[in-house]
Amino acid sequence: MTSAPPIRPDLQLIADLIEPGARVLDIGCADGELLDFLVNTKQVDGRGIEISQTGVNKCVARGLSVIQGDADNDLAEYPDQSFDTVILSRTLQAVHQPKTVLLELLRIGRKAIVTIPNFGQWHVRLSLFGGGRMPVTKALHRTWYNTENIHFCTILDLHDLIVEENIELLEFVPHQKNGKRLKMGLKRANWFADQALFLLEQ
Amino acid sequence: MTTSETNSLTLFEDAPLQLDGGAALSAITVAYEAYGSLAEDGGNAVLICHALTGDQYAAGPHPVTGKPGWWERIIGPGRLIDTDKYFVICSNVLGSCMGTTGPSSINPATDEPWGIDFPVITIRDMVRVQAALLDVLNIDKLLMVIGGSMGGMQVLEWLTTFPERIHSAAVLASAARHTAQNIAFHEVGRQAVMADPNWNQGRYYSSNTPPDKGLSVARMTAHITYLSEDALTQKFGRNLQEREEVTFGFDADFQVESYLRHQGSTFVDRFDANSYLYITRAMDYLDIPSRFGGRLADAFIGARAVRCCVISFTSDWLYPTVENKRIVHALNAAGVPVSFAEIETANGHDSFLLENPEMDMMLEGFLASAERTYAPKHGSTGSIGEQQ
Repeated sequence: MTSAPPIRPDLQLIADLIEPGARVLDIGCADGELLDFLVNTKQVDGRGIEISQTGVNKCVARGLSVIQGDADNDLAEYPDQSFDTVILSRTLQAVHQPKTVLLELLRIGRKAIVTIPNFGQWHVRLSLFGGGRMPVTKALHRTWYNTENIHFCTILDLHDLIVEENIELLEFVPHQKNGKRLKMGLKRANWFADQALFLLEQ
Repeated sequence: MTTSETNSLTLFEDAPLQLDGGAALSAITVAYEAYGSLAEDGGNAVLICHALTGDQYAAGPHPVTGKPGWWERIIGPGRLIDTDKYFVICSNVLGSCMGTTGPSSINPATDEPWGIDFPVITIRDMVRVQAALLDVLNIDKLLMVIGGSMGGMQVLEWLTTFPERIHSAAVLASAARHTAQNIAFHEVGRQAVMADPNWNQGRYYSSNTPPDKGLSVARMTAHITYLSEDALTQKFGRNLQEREEVTFGFDADFQVESYLRHQGSTFVDRFDANSYLYITRAMDYLDIPSRFGGRLADAFIGARAVRCCVISFTSDWLYPTVENKRIVHALNAAGVPVSFAEIETANGHDSFLLENPEMDMMLEGFLASAERTYAPKHGSTGSIGEQQ
């Protein structure tokens, strides 16, 4: 493997699950950090979707192929199974139609990697319980009126949806924001993990 | 200093060009400008495709108007498309009037100007002529082909027809087919030209009285479609032209009227009315998806190794974002590596010609990465990623 500068630890968890040479779509790819890493270290055929002009410009300057758009509006045009893996990192809670998007991920990709900030984490629960106000924590640092997050869910909530839609859960990686993995099951992780990664297959 | 040469070559002398419309055209003269010099490996050639009323003077002063080149902001030494690094070619399109064969050229069969006996041409015919020009210039493959508006349409036809001859392609403010509204505006322009008695069924070349009125009205109408309501409001509002009050007459009371009249009257000095008919027709006939059973994606199957970039502008209602996104979605569906951005601006369709830092940043990044991934001696790299 080619060496490349290290990436954000939670992105590394995603990168670890990508096969070399795979066709990858990163939805909400920001400045292209993960995609660039995957192209350079795993020689993937990588594409991105990013909503901000600044992000798109940074990606294009890196030589990545990224279109300005978002998960709600731009997935329908992709043919079925056009990617090996589709990545939706910390974005599901910000889309208008999370269920539709989740199903779209698995229509256009053979596998999907979804990571979510965990709204069930004890800090968050305590904050709402004790403070009586919508939680503002390290992982969820914006107030209710200016957050882009509109569909919060917990690890168990997402898991319920996955079961309901008969989606296969290949891997579950609860972790802290700094990328540290937690070795625990769904219920415990729902109390303790900042966020969680789900590797899914239809 | 930009090294520029105005050149003209005559192509298709031995074998005529078979046009999409069925006619064959031989001995086609192509006028072009070239800036910079071709690298030994031929890997630094960039083709600029001009818009409807543009011409080959992309980076040099215009010989008729004396004005700077239409994309001088972008092309030149040290500029975004750096003529110290790249060999930049811009040729006048087939059917136009700045030196390339068109309706004002002499029909060898009659020794008179063609007029409307000139065969109707398509955007793809224009591109075929450009490809033949590159053959003569010894350029097998372009580092990049780029164009806005009708120039973008030519880039799309490069992707459908000669994908193996391009490493990267940039399409700005364009579309893969003309909509009813696009055709409607062009028809108004053509009717304005043809309603001018001086048009005389296209036979006005010997009369010294070309259909200036008609062509000028056509230009005025078209010019409105290049702007936006916001741009017009910001620039003119209801401001009056060198007067305190309206005159209750039909003088150009408003600045916007005076502006449009000026646009119309200066345009006729540099453009041929019949060329305007032919080129607008070529654009109206553009419908790339129809050649592929309605599936635009199928048009780009052969272009999977070409890196693409599409840019649209929020206030462009002539070729709006939705049309540009159709291109992007089709490229994506065909597996072509494509980047896309919709740039915020009030400047309307003309935005691609104007100062815009976001657009520049995107194009700069795109061109730099195209160059990094291009290995001319070994053909295409084939991969959309790049090793650093």
